Amino acid sequence: MTWSVWRAICACLIALWACAPPLAAQEAARTFKAPGAHPTTELLVRSTTDIGILGPTLNAFVEAHPELALRYEQWGSNALYSIARAACRGEGQAADVVFSSGVHQMVDLVNRDCASPYVSPLTSALPKDRRWRDEVWGITQEAAVIIYNKALVPAADAPRTRFAFLDLMRRASARYQGKIATYDIETSGLGYLFAFMDSQQATTFGGLLEGFSRVDAVATCCSAEIIKRVESGQYLIAYNVLGSYVESVPHANLGVIYPEDYTLFLSRALMIPKQAAHKQAAALLLDFLLSAQGQRSLARSNLVQQVDAEDTPLPESAKRFISIDPTLLVAMDRQRRALFVQKWRATFMADTSVP
Amino acid sequence: MHAPRSLLTRVIVGVLSLLALGGVLITLAAFAYGKSAARQSFDRLLVGAANDIAESINISDGAPVADIPVSAFGLLALATDDRIFYSVRDTNGSLLTGYDDPEIASHVGRDVTVPQFFDGRMQSDPARFVTVVRRFSERSYSGNVFVTVGQTLQARDAMALDLTRGALLITGLGGIALIVSAFVVIRSAMRPLERMAQELSTRDPYDLTPIRADGPAEVAVMGHAMNRFMGRLDRQVGAMKHLISDTAHQLRTPVAAIRAQAELAIEDAPDHREARLERLVRRTRSLGNLLDQMLSRALVIHRTDNAPPMPVDLRDIALEVLESQDYQVLAPEAEVELCIGETAVIVLADEISLSEAVKNMLANALRHGRSPVRLGVTPGEVWSEIWVEDAGPGPAADLLDRVGQRFERSASSKGDSAGLGLSIVRAVAQAFGGTLRMETTAQGFRVTLDLPSQTDSEGTQ
Repeated sequence: MTWSVWRAICACLIALWACAPPLAAQEAARTFKAPGAHPTTELLVRSTTDIGILGPTLNAFVEAHPELALRYEQWGSNALYSIARAACRGEGQAADVVFSSGVHQMVDLVNRDCASPYVSPLTSALPKDRRWRDEVWGITQEAAVIIYNKALVPAADAPRTRFAFLDLMRRASARYQGKIATYDIETSGLGYLFAFMDSQQATTFGGLLEGFSRVDAVATCCSAEIIKRVESGQYLIAYNVLGSYVESVPHANLGVIYPEDYTLFLSRALMIPKQAAHKQAAALLLDFLLSAQGQRSLARSNLVQQVDAEDTPLPESAKRFISIDPTLLVAMDRQRRALFVQKWRATFMADTSVP
Repeated sequence: MHAPRSLLTRVIVGVLSLLALGGVLITLAAFAYGKSAARQSFDRLLVGAANDIAESINISDGAPVADIPVSAFGLLALATDDRIFYSVRDTNGSLLTGYDDPEIASHVGRDVTVPQFFDGRMQSDPARFVTVVRRFSERSYSGNVFVTVGQTLQARDAMALDLTRGALLITGLGGIALIVSAFVVIRSAMRPLERMAQELSTRDPYDLTPIRADGPAEVAVMGHAMNRFMGRLDRQVGAMKHLISDTAHQLRTPVAAIRAQAELAIEDAPDHREARLERLVRRTRSLGNLLDQMLSRALVIHRTDNAPPMPVDLRDIALEVLESQDYQVLAPEAEVELCIGETAVIVLADEISLSEAVKNMLANALRHGRSPVRLGVTPGEVWSEIWVEDAGPGPAADLLDRVGQRFERSASSKGDSAGLGLSIVRAVAQAFGGTLRMETTAQGFRVTLDLPSQTDSEGTQ
């Protein structure tokens, strides 16, 4: 083969690699503006949160600030991370606000000096584990829960703790074979983060993996998808689902369990990129989200979950907040991630050979 | 025109500038210390994290694989707001995991057994890095793995500032305490001076009475000096007053008498004129004597206050008085006998004043006493004497008590004495710590001037 052909092939590959992810990743977009207003500034928000869930809060924001319009782009967390890093290097248009559930990726962006600092009374009032360097702030409070189909899973089987869940999987009745779902950590940034935090919280994680392989668990993508299928009865139980999404879909049949041994709480992180064009407007959005009005609105969308209001309040020691600090960088480490995914895959793949 | 600065201001300004200088030095020292303390403690965190990561490296399928422990980043997160850099490189320097920064990767020292620290930058921020090396000698992999960990400097700077602030706070408090106590001490030390200044400024300029000379030694010295000065001034002013009033008082009568004689001489018959002129001459001579004595007394008083006492040989005084032969004017026919020894008789006195005194003593003896008159010097252990003796009985006892007062004249005064003679002698005796003594001896009447003997300066001048 000649040199020129090689070169052509390389060029094609590079072009594909460079163009493909951004094209593929943006899932949805919508522009918000107050009715009848003539906004002068358009704020670009890139987020992993479903437009439908965050919509009411954003509408409230543009009503409070009619001079602002808001273009909202919904991305997958991994794609959002890579486009934010590219923007940080000066490639492509930077967003004014990046708002992601992949908090480890946000911490990494801050660590790469991609964020600009902002301090206000509201940000200062945040607890220490929900902000870092005054450049990234945890806005929401969402639990990782176990959901089950109330119609198909007997009340006695519904696992209140991970130990109960483990026992359920070990009994391995045929009823649950292929009917238990969790995130695919390789495709979902959030799923990886939850799994990674689980692996640090307790030794139950190894048992869980083994259990998943025993019941031929399904690793799949996306909270909304999983919830819908549990509701329909395709899956019976799903582990580590983002509880905030349950309210947004039909959930008459769904039972939600905050595991009593410990429940992980995620705080979606917001940052204002260094290259943002409208930093002041971005700060307005941040302060709005942290304000009492913004928090009430987020709570209505179930993005700020007050677990204490539930029937069975969690003990304080069982609440584990994923704190926004540099230790999350470990979750971003290439080799650590590779090792983790390898272990995960080894366990999930192993189940096929079990009779 | 500036008002002169007070001592208090000077001292306070001095203390303040000392403190300011000390404050600057302490700030610099504290900052340097704080920086090095912060560097040491956070460098330990860096090494700890790097070692944690190095420990986590295993050889898997012939390649080093790091299973980065969360604890490593937990260590680094102790510097709450600092960004973190880490990289793990294999023996060829190619990146295994972590952040890729070729510039930082180039900092690999030759010595691989100790952690290598270096300063660099993370993006725009200054940062501190350490590289530790883990050496593998496995069948499947042999070589070095370089673990580099870095951190921005926010926490270090904050700690250095914090330490500096702490040191400054303590120094500042100490400084304030020093200033306050210095102020109090200086104020209390200055109080006697202020009191003296107050006293002097409110004092009547004609008031020459002594001021209070207590208080600390330095101030007392000034007080005493001032009192001495004022005392001298007072005496001289007094002497001047005496001189003027005496002159006025004493001259009026003789001058009036002379004028009357002169007028009579013009108007009288020519045959009386001879007697009148003779009386006029006598009056004039008497006036001259009076003037002499008054001026001599003024001189003596002036000199005793102004001329410092010198060692004087009393024999020289006696000789000088005798040789000047002033007395011959008084008594041309008189014979004066000199009685002096071989050895010098030294006293501390003023030669001129002493001569005046002795001249007056001699004049008195010639005028009032009976020949033969003797002038003598007697040495002694404690007192040295210079005396004049005549063969007469001396004045009456009641007169003895009064002689020596100014213008005290006995009834037997012949009209040409002003009565100042013994008063001059007494003044001289007082000025040089001596006494005037009058006594009747076997030979007659003796007037003695005793002066303290000056034994430690031997020999004559």
